[in-house]
Amino acid sequence: MQEGAADPGLYDYHPYNKREKIAWPEGKTCAVWVAPNLEYYEIDPPANPHRKPWPRPNPDVVGYSYRDHSNRVSHWRMADVMERHGFPGSVSLSVALCQHHPEVVADGVARGWEYFSHGIYNTRYSYGMDEAQERTIIEDSIKTVQDATGQRIRGWLAPALTHTPRTLDLLAEYDFDYTCDLYHDDQVQEVKTPTGKLASIPYSLEVNDHYGFNVYGMSGREYADSLVKQFERLAEEGANSGTVMCIPLHAYLIGQPHRIGPFEEALRDIAADPRCWKATAGDIVASWRAQA
Amino acid sequence: MSLDASYTQYPMRREGYDHDLYEWSNIHTRAPIRWPGDKSVAIFLCVSLEFFPITPEDEPFRAPGHMVMPYPDYRHYTARDYGNRVAVFRMLEVFAKAGVTASFAVNAAVAERYPELIEAVRAGGHEIIAHSTDMNGTIASSMDDAKEQALVSDSLARLEAVTGSKAKGWLSIARSQSWRTADLLAEHGLKYCCDWVNDELPWRFSNGLVNLPLSVDLSDRQIVAVQQHSAEAWAQMMRDAFDWLAGEAAAQSSARVLPMQLTPYIMGQPFRIAAFEELVGELAGKKEAWFASGSAIVESWEAQQ
Repeated sequence: MQEGAADPGLYDYHPYNKREKIAWPEGKTCAVWVAPNLEYYEIDPPANPHRKPWPRPNPDVVGYSYRDHSNRVSHWRMADVMERHGFPGSVSLSVALCQHHPEVVADGVARGWEYFSHGIYNTRYSYGMDEAQERTIIEDSIKTVQDATGQRIRGWLAPALTHTPRTLDLLAEYDFDYTCDLYHDDQVQEVKTPTGKLASIPYSLEVNDHYGFNVYGMSGREYADSLVKQFERLAEEGANSGTVMCIPLHAYLIGQPHRIGPFEEALRDIAADPRCWKATAGDIVASWRAQA
Repeated sequence: MSLDASYTQYPMRREGYDHDLYEWSNIHTRAPIRWPGDKSVAIFLCVSLEFFPITPEDEPFRAPGHMVMPYPDYRHYTARDYGNRVAVFRMLEVFAKAGVTASFAVNAAVAERYPELIEAVRAGGHEIIAHSTDMNGTIASSMDDAKEQALVSDSLARLEAVTGSKAKGWLSIARSQSWRTADLLAEHGLKYCCDWVNDELPWRFSNGLVNLPLSVDLSDRQIVAVQQHSAEAWAQMMRDAFDWLAGEAAAQSSARVLPMQLTPYIMGQPFRIAAFEELVGELAGKKEAWFASGSAIVESWEAQQ
């Protein structure tokens, strides 16, 4: 990026009404990818001068145990629902989960899921890191996930969405294919980097379960409705040029017993639509790159 | 501002948790649990009875629901007191009509101030668990050891002086504990607390104390007061939760707990109580449902360990 400039120079402007045709496999119009965040939040993280990890002094019992629900209860609930409707996960992974709860990571591997890095912990922020520290977390992520899953990670979602001006340039240098950190589009877009090639794949804040429940305060049924509406519109527009819908999830939110039933109904509807391409983030970026 | 080199070092990065308070376990692969009568979903109703002093304290933090306006905040003081004077009696009537048992998490100050209310709760066959001194009695690691120790001792002794029996359970205000709380609760002879929301069955701390999870997301405070849904929408969410848990329990041949934290000044309003009454009545008729106090759930679970 252009550090200090008003426009950070991450990408060029491309109006939505003048897009080249992107065609998804088998005539599908909307690529749908499901992104479970498999996270580990530390109970006693060190302070970062730019962001406080927990609202209460450590241990923040509710904050910590709320998220621990994923790794004891709701991960399997969410994963079973996804599998029943044919959606693979493309996992945003706190890579230290490979050490803390290898059972959870292995479960995703057994289901054929793709992994990318979401930092070491969701309580260690990139703000304030120097270049050497940032290279350390990238190299740690590559090695940790390779050792645990056999996969070379191809994508990145910054830990707790914390960046430095050099993050995206470093990802391109380390031969990553995609970033989930930019929210400017409903199609895959090129990111401008000094070396290499990096794509921005649409992730989502607006239909992220965290926004749905903890920002907008939706019920499980309202959130499920919003997913179906999001898909309907993107599948219609994708007839012109292939669109992307991401469903970013946190098991501790979507896997609560009052929400998972309505969510399953939404996934069932979306999966049954002939315009839906159930894909991983890597599949989508590869298909786009071959046409770009 | 740059970061210390230690920021990319992780001394607790290891198998299992980054603490020794309790051990990891996957609910779906544990030995199956059954509730009495072969019921599969224990419904844990936990009603908070709270006294909010009109003189709020901010150390270690101000409790949710506490005073908001400049002193004297008659608006919130009286609106909270409505729960103990009026609304809780509506809830007691709902429980009696449906023939169900609940647990009441009681500030010691409520027990001292309103012994008639405590008598009505006991007459309904409900459990009383400890819930700090009053709503200024919040806990966090920023408070000193002696003060926390005194808070726990004082809460339990004052509650016992009114009820005549030792509480078996504890709920912290806003479920907030310090590093010491679980040990303090165990040292004071408590059997269980409800503060950690990470599971849907009881589990045991390394020190022997049991945790009975009381979901934040299913509470009336979160759904009605924070997310601003109607009581009818809250009740629909509870039906969705019950149906899912009953289905999962059948598929896995193992039981679950459906916790509902209830706040009289929220759910006991005249325009909300009918939706609550209808829900409780409906669930009481379900063959999978076991309405039980926290102690009954914990004791049943313990007997199967």
